[in-house]
Amino acid sequence: MQLFTSSIGRKILMAITGLGMVMFVIVHLLGNSSIFAGPGGLNTYAEHLHSMPLPIIAGFRIAMLVFICVHIWFGIQLTIENRGGRPQQYAVKACQKASFASENMIWTGALLLLFIVYHLLQFTFRVTPEVAGFAGQMPGNVFGMVVTSFKNFFITFIYAGAMVTLFLHLTHGIQSFFQTMGWSNDCVQPGITKTGTLVALILFLGYVAIPLTIFAGILKG
Amino acid sequence: MSDHKTMTLTLIVWRQKNANDPGKFETYTAKGITEHHSFLEMLDCVNEDLIHSGKDPIVFDHDCREGICGMCSQVINGAPHGGQDRTTVCQLHMRKFKDGDTIYIEPWRARAFPIIKDLIVDRSALDKIVQAGGYTSCHTGGVADGNAILIPKPVADEAMDAAECVGCGACVAGCPNGAAMLFTGAKVSQLALLPQGRAEAAARVKNMSNAMTECGFGNCTNHYECQAACPKGINVKFIARMNREFIKAQF
Repeated sequence: MQLFTSSIGRKILMAITGLGMVMFVIVHLLGNSSIFAGPGGLNTYAEHLHSMPLPIIAGFRIAMLVFICVHIWFGIQLTIENRGGRPQQYAVKACQKASFASENMIWTGALLLLFIVYHLLQFTFRVTPEVAGFAGQMPGNVFGMVVTSFKNFFITFIYAGAMVTLFLHLTHGIQSFFQTMGWSNDCVQPGITKTGTLVALILFLGYVAIPLTIFAGILKG
Repeated sequence: MSDHKTMTLTLIVWRQKNANDPGKFETYTAKGITEHHSFLEMLDCVNEDLIHSGKDPIVFDHDCREGICGMCSQVINGAPHGGQDRTTVCQLHMRKFKDGDTIYIEPWRARAFPIIKDLIVDRSALDKIVQAGGYTSCHTGGVADGNAILIPKPVADEAMDAAECVGCGACVAGCPNGAAMLFTGAKVSQLALLPQGRAEAAARVKNMSNAMTECGFGNCTNHYECQAACPKGINVKFIARMNREFIKAQF
């Protein structure tokens, strides 16, 4: 199968796994927005998720892990190959179309990986100091845990920074998906790029609203 | 020429004896250049001065000098073919520059394009990609009737847009990954669009994309620098079409 070895095949894998993660990010934001309904909202949502049958939960987690591993593995592999594609750089750099986001996908990706690890340690495994009190019960008072965490400036800052990184990664990633899958042409490409950026922006604003409203004291425990 | 103002320019040109030489930049002064000189004619003037003073002239590729052959291949101030929309170096005129400008001239830089000398690179990797599938197999014999296979005008136009590629390699030179996706995408598309090329479409896209990797080109990361660099305005939609053909070829 050329999917795992060829130039285009591996990009298709990047695109499909990337799409899977974008889908997750959208659903995750929809679920998280229940926090704006107060403690009842988020806690009920968390209990609903945890009450799902184990095969669904385990299957979902394994699928996400596979997606992220494939995306990272081929992302690194392709980046190393691509860095070798032009061994000697030009003395004058004059990019006309490439953007900061498109040129730094590997770094925004690496930062997002660090963030995901931190995020899981904090809100899933609950081993960071500020959530120590919530470690015992699953899911327990998720609302309280989130509100306690985001009152800390540094945690809010890390999350806001991570969401800027996600925005950058997705501005290039979403339109790239359509190009790589071949679902693009000169008529729709500008629209796809704008829509992709808009989706990335909506996700950024939606996600960043949670820590910021808590830190600003608008959303209270 | 006396009625024209002339320009004096500083050129910083890549000089490299052969593929194994590390190469370095040399600075030259181009004197007496008018706005009507093409970029290549400007280099001719510099070379005449170099020859008169007993020095090695700057070696560069050129052929038709009317913007259709794709031989001229220079990265000027970081942009393949000088960055003017749909223009090859030979059609780039000195009126685009100002008196006193400093101009960097470099060869195409990509792993798949080893430097032969100075500004000339070996672009035979592109030929290898074409040899891998950029053709249609047919029985020889009498010339087929022109209208025996009907092709709708929009389809023929689209194929012609892809066929505009002159194989200059600017897409590779412009690509930060040194990828040949726009070139290969154009060749795959021009044939896949037409009924004569459809028969071998699946094998073609697989073989040509494999050849691309074997020749040492990088992978596409959708920067779209290639489209900006292309002197023939080949659109990245042909890369999307190639990706589509590749997926179809898997089934």
